[in-house]
Amino acid sequence: MQQKRKLKKIEKEKFVDTVVLLCKEANYNLPLSIVKALIRARENETDERPREVLSILIENARIAHDKKIPICQDTGVVSVFLEIGRELIIDFDIYSAVQEGVKKGYKEGCLRASIVFSPFNRTNTGDNTPAIVYTEFVNEDNIKILLIAKGAGSENQGGVFMLKPHEQEKIPDIVVDYIKDKAPYACPPIIVGIGIGGDMERSCFLSKKALTREFLNPDKEIAELENSLLSRINRLGIGPGGLSGKTTALAVRIETHPCHIGSLPMAINIGCYATRYKKAIL
Amino acid sequence: MKIPEERGLLYDLKAGDRVFLSGTIYTARDKVHKRGFPFDVKDQVIYYTGPTPTRPGEIIGSCGPTTSSRMDEWTPFLLSQGLAGMIGKGPRSKEVIEAIKLYRVVYFVAVGGAGAYYKNFVKKAEVVAYPEFGCEAVYKLEIEDFPLYVGIDSNGKSIF
Repeated sequence: MQQKRKLKKIEKEKFVDTVVLLCKEANYNLPLSIVKALIRARENETDERPREVLSILIENARIAHDKKIPICQDTGVVSVFLEIGRELIIDFDIYSAVQEGVKKGYKEGCLRASIVFSPFNRTNTGDNTPAIVYTEFVNEDNIKILLIAKGAGSENQGGVFMLKPHEQEKIPDIVVDYIKDKAPYACPPIIVGIGIGGDMERSCFLSKKALTREFLNPDKEIAELENSLLSRINRLGIGPGGLSGKTTALAVRIETHPCHIGSLPMAINIGCYATRYKKAIL
Repeated sequence: MKIPEERGLLYDLKAGDRVFLSGTIYTARDKVHKRGFPFDVKDQVIYYTGPTPTRPGEIIGSCGPTTSSRMDEWTPFLLSQGLAGMIGKGPRSKEVIEAIKLYRVVYFVAVGGAGAYYKNFVKKAEVVAYPEFGCEAVYKLEIEDFPLYVGIDSNGKSIF
């Protein structure tokens, strides 16, 4: 007789505590890859003002980290991306556990409550919940948690283009024109997340997740597009803080997905310089 | 420069100038603009921000600028009432630039996303209206050498 394998059990308390920690860490600590990119950008700037603005952003990250003060007063809407392993026992409601963690994390961490009950009744819920939760099931024996805290300043500048398949070649121009309009409002130097393919909502999902990839797309052709878009965006001259300079974006990240013969959806999600996220594996 | 006392000096500022502002300012963002100002805005400077909660023993939380353009709709009216200046981030509408020129006021910009840095320049903070708005309440702030740039000067010249 085949022996039944013992499955790993995820404890609710540990899951909630992890979400609490991720809320705080994401809001106090700018990802190292961004700090490094800001320092490189400052070396690359020749004018005084962009160097000064980048120095303020670097100093801000240092203060936030050392004193555990939120990097930005807009501690954002929380979205949690869960990759749940198939070979696990989860005997609690994972959705309400996320909310419990966010509620506790934002209260303990002195993070701002920015969520209202409904788009029409704009009364603050008072604890920054509900967070938005996405779940995917994977063939693993663990849970991967990615928590993004995104401010309205940059989130409001995102958009979707339902292109026709033959408009593929226009993608770089569409992206650069779009960024030219939107970047000054989104706390540059920005990170540009682009989702291409899938359907409308899949492209949006990918564009947000793309903001957290810290390296070029493994596909060489897409990586080239990421690099060429970054160069073109940085020639726009919008600069740090939108006060002119050579650094308008720190990175462009593109994710793709198969799509319908008649469709070419593209979503652009703009991340501010303080694109805040944190990952954990349980 | 000190406000509101040195309001007159605002006229001399040029777009792009770096300014260290001291004195009294008031915070106001979306909700206060929509509901109406509970104080006389004449000669005052308002700061578009919604700070994070204050930790025990501290003066204020993280308090960087929010996107100014969301307030554009109400700004020409406030300027007509004598508002002397605004602090925020990002470009303004054509109508706001025209009103800035007409009423000879200044739009200052702070660097977006640097709330932990700007916290250091706030020496006193007190909620003076709409406490029920939470982070969107009106705070009266005493600031000292708060570092800013002139985004749009009183001649309507913009750095954006």
